[in-house]
Amino acid sequence: MGGETTIGPLDRQHSYVGRNLPREKAKRAVKGRGRYTDDITLPRTVHAAFVRSPYAHANICEINIEKAIAHPEVVLVMTGSEMREMCTGPWLGTLSVFETMKTAPQYPMAVDRVCWQGEPVVMVVAESRAVAEDAAELVSVVYEELPVVAHKEDALEPGANLVHKELNENLAYEKVIDNGDVGKAFDEADHIVEGVFKFGRHTAVSLETRALLASYEKDTEELTIYTSSQTPHMIQAIIAKTLGLPEHKCRVVAPFVGGSFGLKIHSFGDEFAATAASIKLGRPVKFIADRLESFLTDIHARENKVAGKMAISDEGKIQALEIDILSGVGAYSQYPRTSVFEANQILNITGGPYKHQNYKARMRVAYMHKVPTSQYRAVGHPIGNSVGEALVDMAAEKVGLDPIEIRRRNVMEDDSYPRKTASGIEVADMSHQACLETLVERMCYKELLAERDARREKGIYRGIGIAAFIKGTAPGPAGYYGAGGAPIASQDAATVKIEPSGNIICSVGVTDQGQGVDTVMQQITASVLGVPDEMVRVIEGDTDATPYGGGTYASRATAIGGEATYQAALALRAELLVIAGALLQANPEQIDILNGNIVDAGTDNIRISLSELGRIAHFQVAQLPNEIEPQLSHTKRFRLRDALYIFTNGIQGAYVEVDPDTGFITLLNHWVVEDCGRVINPILADEQVRGGCVQGIGGALYEHCIYDDQAQLLNGSLVDYIVPMASEMPDIDVAHVQTHTGVSELGSKGVGESGTGAAPAVVMNAVNDAITPLGGRVFEQPMTPEVILKALGKI
Amino acid sequence: MEDEKIQIALRVNGEQITASVEARTHLVDFLRSELELTGSHLGCEHGICGACSVRLDGVVVRGCLVLAAQCDGAEVTTIEGLTESGEISDLQERFVNRNALQCGFCTPGMLMTAAELLERKKSVPREEIREFMSGNFCRCTGYHAIIDAIEETMNDRRSGVQ
Repeated sequence: MGGETTIGPLDRQHSYVGRNLPREKAKRAVKGRGRYTDDITLPRTVHAAFVRSPYAHANICEINIEKAIAHPEVVLVMTGSEMREMCTGPWLGTLSVFETMKTAPQYPMAVDRVCWQGEPVVMVVAESRAVAEDAAELVSVVYEELPVVAHKEDALEPGANLVHKELNENLAYEKVIDNGDVGKAFDEADHIVEGVFKFGRHTAVSLETRALLASYEKDTEELTIYTSSQTPHMIQAIIAKTLGLPEHKCRVVAPFVGGSFGLKIHSFGDEFAATAASIKLGRPVKFIADRLESFLTDIHARENKVAGKMAISDEGKIQALEIDILSGVGAYSQYPRTSVFEANQILNITGGPYKHQNYKARMRVAYMHKVPTSQYRAVGHPIGNSVGEALVDMAAEKVGLDPIEIRRRNVMEDDSYPRKTASGIEVADMSHQACLETLVERMCYKELLAERDARREKGIYRGIGIAAFIKGTAPGPAGYYGAGGAPIASQDAATVKIEPSGNIICSVGVTDQGQGVDTVMQQITASVLGVPDEMVRVIEGDTDATPYGGGTYASRATAIGGEATYQAALALRAELLVIAGALLQANPEQIDILNGNIVDAGTDNIRISLSELGRIAHFQVAQLPNEIEPQLSHTKRFRLRDALYIFTNGIQGAYVEVDPDTGFITLLNHWVVEDCGRVINPILADEQVRGGCVQGIGGALYEHCIYDDQAQLLNGSLVDYIVPMASEMPDIDVAHVQTHTGVSELGSKGVGESGTGAAPAVVMNAVNDAITPLGGRVFEQPMTPEVILKALGKI
Repeated sequence: MEDEKIQIALRVNGEQITASVEARTHLVDFLRSELELTGSHLGCEHGICGACSVRLDGVVVRGCLVLAAQCDGAEVTTIEGLTESGEISDLQERFVNRNALQCGFCTPGMLMTAAELLERKKSVPREEIREFMSGNFCRCTGYHAIIDAIEETMNDRRSGVQ
């Protein structure tokens, strides 16, 4: 078991760690003074709109732009072929770590052939977005429709239509893992439970849509991009590479970001086209996706079918697990992070909380003529957890065990780490047992069972769900992206420096989209240095002003960026004590920093203020002995060494009511106990969990990108695509077990995706528990009233 | 397509404004582009998400479903106006302290709607707050903290705490 790391500076009386420091950005946002990309306009800004493919698959026979270009307020019309000429080469969304993976080359806009409905075909740039849209309507495109691959189930059949002829098949990637002796375990199993689970395609629906403002200076080749992004350095790298620009002259700024959830770690063709337009025009070009464009062209996720079966002993011990994943992606593998991660994560984490060692899993990823899918909050985990936890419940029912008891018998013991999961992943510093017992207590589990049963007798169908989970956070460099050849840093950095005023600037490569990443860094820095929080300012989201980093994705900001900040602050602290020691003729070990002052250690006796020290170290350096060369700025980098991820764990509970006549589900209560290691700011961590749960519940109950047989999206508006609103959502009880990770001194793991990863599983289990007395079982998400009524045999 | 411009005169956050607008320009585009009041946001432009909520003649409306040309003679209040007047400073403070916002994109609209509820009702059960707020989409918080912040403001106003 990973130790409780005891760190002096963070555990001191004046530490900000563990306190609910409010967020600086929140103070602006509540006054309407957040500054999002669309709030920024530069002199002579023009606006881009796109002609997009109405077909899922068609040849482009002819494009006529004459009328559009003749519009007096139009400044540029660009086709896909012209865009291609501005690119150094096509995108290939593969990573070398997925060895046999195939994808077709892709350009930012369609060239000759469109492969999904909504793919950009022609860009129109004009004095206003409204005029650009007017002129886009003047562009005529002649298409020749081609056969469509609309269903993943058909895509891999012999003789299927092909998404790309040159690939000869629609299979993007296949992988099998087979650990232990699964065949034997099933042959000798006391019981087997199985099911085929279906998950609908859904999408991020960040309230602020994708947004970009690009400004190119022709004379100096300097490009500045303001964009709603989680990963400014990655965007800098791929923009420079794609458009053949000097990377060090590309500056990417992420101002306020209005929701991201993994959507904003990807490259989107329309954004590259708008950037290309700025290069061509030498004027700032803005592109803000509207909501219809967002539904059509943002990455989608979650479309998977998983056949699963579990072997279980009479005593309720899991003997083996086998799953077969069919993952339906889009027409291309998303560049540069690929579209195979979701299936790969399902394969990695299904059944992950449990100590069984016989596991077989196959994943097949199929291309379709739909918008590309890729990483979205809790990648793969909602699916893997839903499948694994449903099978555990079915196994429990089979052997007559309570859902809590079967988990109690099978979870990895808290003192058994480090160890491997059946899928072969190294895990450490986990707390399944502690989380489970905490959940039982917080749910008042026994009383809840009694309440459920009492209501059943009155014909009210309530159900209790339990779902244990693991979550991969903070990926390491031995894993996928960088190792696979993508320009994505898994290492991250922080620079902590003292200004002449004595105030502290902390700049980090990780970014904030409202989670409070900046506040967390402020708390760590202030705590380590011993200064009041208002003396620390955090800078993030600007490639010109921060050390190189990967940005925020995969719940890595606090775990990776936090440790870098911690180490950089420690380095500055050590130097300040040496400088102060020289000035005060004191042993650095016998002085300390407290409340912004150098004090005698162990007392509050002030020797010199940091503002005085900062002034001397910058301006009055002659007062210092020659052997002291003030650096006053320290950059530290941090990465995982061997680990694939820092895995976290937890367990969720849900209490729901199902109306068997209408199929409506009412969410009554929801509980989460999770272990993200050291919690820096409890209220921020709690709200990550709550928001994450509701995002998961959205996918479990409502959200679905519905396509017809011609791969036409039928519900591209918020009228028809249903998201969770306040009235349907429950209050969510959150608790943390804090097992510090041993990979860092800070001890924090990721927390942002734990809610999303298991909420669909726990709600599905609760719904199935509710309808158990009626017979029937749900294997499908979203669990719409129709799905419920079908499961009950009513329609 | 481009129409003739329409002359309008209205009060925005107490200030008299005259402008000529295209007939198709909706109120929030007008506020954001012409008046540079960027606190009102556009999340869907079809009246669902509530990010564009503004007060029009005393009632909260979807700013994306109102044309600027319809606002001749109207009194419009945006988040900037509510902030300036101090009318919801208690609510704003509780939103910050309760961390009832993350990305903040929905927040101006949330506050507009919440202010209307607080003005109309002195005491309502939590479920009713949820119901009243259910026309404003938040993707980040899961709503729990938002409901807490509104409930706390309501309770404090009733008991005279500022």
